[in-house]
Amino acid sequence: MSIAEFFSMGGYGFYVWGSYAACALAIAAEIVLVRARLSAARRVAGGREPSQ
Amino acid sequence: MNWFRFASPASFYPLAARLTPWFGGAAAVFAAAGLYLGLIAAPTDAQQGESYRIIFVHVATAWMSMFIYLVMAFWCAMSLMFNARLAAMMAQALAPTGALFTALALITGALWGKPTWGTYWAWDARMTSELILLFLYFGYMALRQAIDEPRRADRASALLALVGAVNVPIIYFSVKWWNTLHQGASVSLTSAPTMAAVMLAGMLLMALAAWFYSIAIALTRVRAIILERERHAGWAGEVALAAKAAR
Repeated sequence: MSIAEFFSMGGYGFYVWGSYAACALAIAAEIVLVRARLSAARRVAGGREPSQ
Repeated sequence: MNWFRFASPASFYPLAARLTPWFGGAAAVFAAAGLYLGLIAAPTDAQQGESYRIIFVHVATAWMSMFIYLVMAFWCAMSLMFNARLAAMMAQALAPTGALFTALALITGALWGKPTWGTYWAWDARMTSELILLFLYFGYMALRQAIDEPRRADRASALLALVGAVNVPIIYFSVKWWNTLHQGASVSLTSAPTMAAVMLAGMLLMALAAWFYSIAIALTRVRAIILERERHAGWAGEVALAAKAAR
């Protein structure tokens, strides 16, 4: 199987890679957002920033 | 070992922090193995060609969407029965990830439906009940947001989550109870799987990866929630300052 064949997925590339890309993007975004939320919560709890 | 010690947010926080890298690492290893089996090792499907490879993300996300809801409902029941703060926080931490997997199950399903059935969407029982699951997650989160007092928000949203749990068996059995466009279960506990072993292995590895990922992300989110809700307690400030000093 060549690289080009692998990416074309027998003509279903849009559907197959679209599914995998949607999952990868959503999970990456969730990791970034949750980490940001935790460090923000740490800053507030540590008293460096006032809550609200 | 006294496990009830960990029912207090202050002692659960460091435990969650210690466990997270292990679950995250396990998720990465299982995902790498699952992707290898699913995208490279598994052969082309005789009927669907390469489009069937969507199964490896579709089934994992769809299973997690239902499973996370059941776990969330379990913590909601615990929070109502024992008036336990941490249980409510666990439910609160699971909801966004459950909603995410539900949305992904619907998106990957639509992308699989188009080449297979000729349509992105149909109002069949499986798809409609999965869409209702997404709205249940949204409703749970919106209700929490709408109530200022956290303990009242815990109780009201727990009740909503428990009532909504009836939807999960409806989703699961929809392909049996109704004539759906969606196919029946490929894997069941009572009969032999109807697919090749390598496909099944890839699917199960991806499901395990999603499972470990959900634990890791929920443990991280619950730490943020604990600090947000307990920030007036002395220990929360100490945890935050210790984390700062460690960096």
